[in-house]
Amino acid sequence: MSVTVSTTVNGDSVDFVCAPDETLLDALRGRLGLTGAKEGCGTGDCGACSVTLNGRLVCSCLVLAVEAEGQEIATVEGMAAGETLHPLQRAFIDHAALQCGICTPGILVAAKALLEKTPDPSDEEVRYWLAGNLCRCTGYDKIVRAVQAAAAEMRRA
Amino acid sequence: MAFDAYVKREFKQVGTRVARPDGVDKVTGRALYGADMVAPGMLVGRVLRSPHAHARIVSIDTSEAAAMPGVKGIVTGRDFSVPKDEFLADVAVNCLAQDKALYDGHAIAAVAAINATVARDALKKIKVEYEVLPHVTDIDVAAKPDAPVVLEGRALETVPAGMGANVTHRCEFGHGDLEAGFAKADKIVERSFRTAATHQGYIEPHACLASFTTDGRADLWVCTQGHFYFRTLCSEMLGMEASQLKVTASEIGGGFGGKTTVYLEPVALMLSKKTGRPVKMVMTRDEVFRATGPTVSTSIDVKIGMTKDGRITAGWADMRYSGGAFQCLTCEMGAQAAFAAYDLEAVQTVGWNVMTNRPKEAAYRAPGAPQAIYAVESVVDELCQGLGLDPLEVRIKNAAKKGTKASYGPTFDDIGLLATLEAAKKHPHYTAPLAEGQARGLSCGFWFNFGGNTCVTMNVNTDGTVGIAEGNPDIGGSRASISLMAAEELGIPYEKVRTIIADTASLGYADTTDGSRVTFAVGIATINAARDAIRKMCKRAAMLWGIDEDAVEWKDGAAHPAGPNAGKFPPMSLADIAAKSFQTGGPIAGHYEVNADGAGVSFGVHLCDVEVDKETGATKVVRYTVFQDAGKAVHPDYVEGQMQGGAAQGIGWALNEEYIYGADGRLQNPGFLDYRIPVASDLPPIEAVILEIPNPGHPYGVRGVGETSIVPPLAAISNAISRSIGTRLQELPMSPPRVLKAIKGAA
Ligand code: FES
Ligand code: FES
Repeated sequence: MSVTVSTTVNGDSVDFVCAPDETLLDALRGRLGLTGAKEGCGTGDCGACSVTLNGRLVCSCLVLAVEAEGQEIATVEGMAAGETLHPLQRAFIDHAALQCGICTPGILVAAKALLEKTPDPSDEEVRYWLAGNLCRCTGYDKIVRAVQAAAAEMRRA
Repeated sequence: MAFDAYVKREFKQVGTRVARPDGVDKVTGRALYGADMVAPGMLVGRVLRSPHAHARIVSIDTSEAAAMPGVKGIVTGRDFSVPKDEFLADVAVNCLAQDKALYDGHAIAAVAAINATVARDALKKIKVEYEVLPHVTDIDVAAKPDAPVVLEGRALETVPAGMGANVTHRCEFGHGDLEAGFAKADKIVERSFRTAATHQGYIEPHACLASFTTDGRADLWVCTQGHFYFRTLCSEMLGMEASQLKVTASEIGGGFGGKTTVYLEPVALMLSKKTGRPVKMVMTRDEVFRATGPTVSTSIDVKIGMTKDGRITAGWADMRYSGGAFQCLTCEMGAQAAFAAYDLEAVQTVGWNVMTNRPKEAAYRAPGAPQAIYAVESVVDELCQGLGLDPLEVRIKNAAKKGTKASYGPTFDDIGLLATLEAAKKHPHYTAPLAEGQARGLSCGFWFNFGGNTCVTMNVNTDGTVGIAEGNPDIGGSRASISLMAAEELGIPYEKVRTIIADTASLGYADTTDGSRVTFAVGIATINAARDAIRKMCKRAAMLWGIDEDAVEWKDGAAHPAGPNAGKFPPMSLADIAAKSFQTGGPIAGHYEVNADGAGVSFGVHLCDVEVDKETGATKVVRYTVFQDAGKAVHPDYVEGQMQGGAAQGIGWALNEEYIYGADGRLQNPGFLDYRIPVASDLPPIEAVILEIPNPGHPYGVRGVGETSIVPPLAAISNAISRSIGTRLQELPMSPPRVLKAIKGAA
């Protein structure tokens, strides 16, 4: 059995057909070719698959694709405006907040969700908010700095 | 030694914090990792794994699975001929079991099907008859003569008679008269330690896409630390010629040593060969934990003697390492590294390998060293405590330096240990007051570093830009470092250089991205490829000027007449020469091939402050500073990144991470929920202090920096905890229950 799902991804209306037990992550990556969200665990423990569903941060490996019906999804692919990177994206490059980069899409999506709610977070708030996003390379130090630099820039804008 | 000597110079670009070339792709989601590639007509491959720790495979019946609609092919160990070479045979048997399943998670068979669901269902229809055998997962039990035997007949001649069959290797290092050394000591401490196996924990699971064509050629896309080595392994296992297998390295989502060997790749190639279609295979996290990585688990005895004023008189260690169900020589690294930080008159280390029913060990950042140095640094700290000495002063007093005969044989050249210790002593962290309930610990760390085989091609484009092809997957920003070194040597802006990682058909062999070798060895090759290109460009300029080529020199990105006798010509830039290259003899490219020597060892010192919750036994690291000698930090951001990342992994190892096996021999925590790596809120800011003591063996003084940083945290944290709770733990990880038990035991 397959189900047709109509949804919005990064502002574009899209339809896809999927199995009822397929995850949103698999649908994004496999059906829509949006491979920015990564599967690090498939069990909600690493955050590499982070996207937002109607603005709420979720692990797309724990969401069924059919749940996206009629909803709005945002992924890392939608963060930049054309050639202009989001301040978080720019800050991650400028502050060397990535090494291998596999955690980066999920962390960017999560950090963006944080700054939308809390434009001036403390370092501790950043660390606790990102506690669901594993990074094995950086030790998080430069990630926290990059998020704070982007937050400062966004507050000035 | 034929190495490329260091020459002091002023750098214009090396040492700056430029934007990495792969940055935009990685922040926009465009970068393609192992699991991100697709091919038309692609099948999905899945692996059936042993639920038993140790079992004879009596039979495998794949008929029902093969008959399922959508199933296109099945392979088992029988599809591969086991290579004669023992090392290769172990790799092959680890990819697919032959007659025995050797650990929980060992691959037994694999299926290729039209999609993941069909493939998963098909695995359930494969009937494997097992004869379950007694198993052993604990190293000390496995070493006993009456332990269940993992594999018969694997002991090397190094093993003395009368040892259990699982003991497969013995090695010994050291010098001097131990007995006399211990006789001179005012205090001798002897302790036993155990460390749990840990996993590299890269966030990207292993993934590949294999495509075999009917004329015997194949392409492999894979996340790997070494695509050339993967080509060697896969072509040998599939009986192919190397030229017929093209391996392309994807972007890699972390490796730390764990992606230096094959698991899925030969299986995917065989499935593709059998089905005639591309086959993609991606591991689940459960598979990553059960069947790849981990480190050795260890059991180590250390004995050290010290005088009242803090001079170490003798050091001895006996270290048992288990590399899982196969032969493993990591114990050699541990036995060599254990006392490397000390200038000792009498030292002896003995290493052993013991087989257990656990996955085959894979390298993890400074493989073998963290465990050994944890044990040694713990005993040194206990001696300092017992004699009332400052632990940093004692390390300074005993530090290895230029001219020291290292405990593992060689005599050190210029090394940065003393400078690193002095930097730690001067740093405000060392004397900062501790809050109530906090304690401070420190440890030295060491890694050998490696050079190895490397090829670089440098193409000078007609528009004045430069393209570099090198062969080492970039895990932590090495493309930026290589571009920086090329820009420096050529005298052109960094932005004009683009470095790519070439596939195995496009470039000569490159050793794997391991041993902290890339910035060092690829750096040497890049600098020399630039010098080769410069020679060629000078020749072209000489031709255009009509002067002798020896009368041309290269400065600031341009050819200049060398001295007044050469004639008066305005400088001719790289872009000018490149633009005219078609008229002066054709395209210009520099090349260099090397088996690089002179990697230069690296030392680090870590300082940490911890707070132990006496009610729960939980440890919080509240301040952490890393001091490390980088030789020359080509891109300081990514050097700091290596120092911080290694420290974070070491903190996880010290406090939480461990492979937990049940009495049934099954891994009990194969997921990130139960195998807990540090998250952002677990860690303090990690300050990185880079020291630059030039490596005499690199033209810019570069040393590898990737591995040393994981070595000191184990003992640094243990030393801090023991000072906090007044008793010393001798087992890792120092998880809350263990710390609590130690507190209760001491009370
Ligand atoms: S893949 Fe979804 S949380 Fe890890
Ligand atoms: S940069 Fe590699 S996991 Fe975060």
